[in-house]
Amino acid sequence: MPLPQLWRQFKKNRAAAISLYFVIAFILAAIFASELSPYDPFALGDGALLAPQSDHWMGTDDLGRDTLSRVIYGTRVPLLVGFLATATSLLLGILIGSTSGYFGGLTDVILMRVTEYVLVVPRFFLALLVVAMLGTGIMKIILVIGILGWPEIARVVRAQFLSFREREFVLAARAIGASHAKVIFKEILPNAIPPAVVVASILVARAILLEAGLSFLGLGDPNLVSWGSLLSEAQERISASVWLAIFPGMAISLLVLCVNLFGDGINDVLNPKLRKK
Amino acid sequence: MSPTNFILRRLFHAIPLLVCVIVFNFILIHLAPGDPIQALVGEFPAPEAYVAEMRRAFGLDQPLYVQLLLYLKNVLTGDLGFSFYYRQPVASVILDRVPATLQLMVPALIFSAVVGVLLGILAARKPYSISDNAISAFSLFGYCVPAFWLGQMLMVIFSVELGWLPSQGIKTVGVDLDGWSGFFDRITHLLLPFGALAIRHLAVNARMMRSSMLEVAFEDFVMVARAKGLAEKDVTARHMVPNALMPVVTIIGVDVGFLFTGSVLVETVFGWPGIGRLMYESIVKRDYPVLMGNFLITTALVVAVNLIVDLVYLWLDPRVKYKK
Repeated sequence: MPLPQLWRQFKKNRAAAISLYFVIAFILAAIFASELSPYDPFALGDGALLAPQSDHWMGTDDLGRDTLSRVIYGTRVPLLVGFLATATSLLLGILIGSTSGYFGGLTDVILMRVTEYVLVVPRFFLALLVVAMLGTGIMKIILVIGILGWPEIARVVRAQFLSFREREFVLAARAIGASHAKVIFKEILPNAIPPAVVVASILVARAILLEAGLSFLGLGDPNLVSWGSLLSEAQERISASVWLAIFPGMAISLLVLCVNLFGDGINDVLNPKLRKK
Repeated sequence: MSPTNFILRRLFHAIPLLVCVIVFNFILIHLAPGDPIQALVGEFPAPEAYVAEMRRAFGLDQPLYVQLLLYLKNVLTGDLGFSFYYRQPVASVILDRVPATLQLMVPALIFSAVVGVLLGILAARKPYSISDNAISAFSLFGYCVPAFWLGQMLMVIFSVELGWLPSQGIKTVGVDLDGWSGFFDRITHLLLPFGALAIRHLAVNARMMRSSMLEVAFEDFVMVARAKGLAEKDVTARHMVPNALMPVVTIIGVDVGFLFTGSVLVETVFGWPGIGRLMYESIVKRDYPVLMGNFLITTALVVAVNLIVDLVYLWLDPRVKYKK
């Protein structure tokens, strides 16, 4: 389907279209954080633990830092982790899923057994363990979350490969002597991309929540502001200074909500069959 | 396949998984920056003699494959190491905390399954009605809000502002309550973390049950049931629900892993003395043996719960018995 037509189709889902605008707004906020923030997010201010007021719309923390500025800067880490980790999962999942589905046999059995294991293991515990032992840092967090997300992608890609492997156009390509690589990437993979993208949209939302969880437990990147670490700082003072927790939490929830609704919209466009189901 | 065979097969599948987890821990010990002994002991000033003993027990001066075999042998015989922070063997540190986590998790799992399924049935009865939209909006909310933030907000509302419920711990410290008052005390402590933990799963189950019900609504056997004149509530209860339950039961099994994720975060917020909170404490204390042991034992717990879910599935769907 050409792009303008896809867009017209997508717009029919109003919630998804509005969510897309919100996601774009979040991305712009992340890019232009230094222009948008009224204060330096790390600068110690004169008033500590101020409740929300005209100078500080979201109040200040115990060191007098402006919460609004910290929430705006905090947009960067979740978005970066959400998208890059999911890109990693997509890459790995497509590679493993297509190998498994295309070649079948023992390769398939082994790869699917590994996939099943990763699905069963408590992945958040695994992420905590790895980050705690190997050290924090945003690249490590992205890699860990990305690597843990591949099984969901691999499964849908494999299912597509299984159903397309014996179709006429694939058999025809093989008959005229196309290499395995060519059949996989040129013939079958394009058909496996749409369902993989739909799963990926769910993974973005999950990666954002996972990063928030890691940061909340003190395993985020210590040099960056993240909504999860803001909530962790808020935890000690929650009874007296509830605004420290309210705004970062609302930001996470809103972003995750928008990503999920946007994913629903993509699902409607790319998988009309699934929708009817 | 008889149920006994089924269970044995499943158990047999679980063993390689647990071995993989142990091997993974072993790899982490060697990937961690610094001397592997640090990962085995944790970052505590351990007595020299103990460090030397650990070096010998884990064969750190021997080739890697010997080390791996020794590590497997130690762990499989139940020796998960010693925690210097707690001054106890790791296995007993963790097992002491398991009951608290189960106290939180089992009610959350059962509640979210039962109520989630009921909400899903209710929502699917009249699609796009007010009640359906309300339930769908609620499930979307539960799906997007981070459990630990929800916990913080519940704490602010019900504990700080209203003062109805305690905000920390599993029971009132320093008072010896027994009988009903002790039970009541524990329930009041349970309610907030339980709510924070259950809501996401409630949301997932309600969403899943709703779409599953809508899917079976147009199956032939449902039309046959209606055609032979069954009352609508019998069609729902006897024909639609049992069939719609299948995918939901599967999801509940998969979701157990996520329930442990929630438990780390929620236990940390509410100071609940379970294995989730232990995970957090061991991160802060850099108590690596406890972290690794906790990962292994949690995996074993997830496998066990999945086994129970499989048995429920077997009981719900007799067809599974005849499949290979």
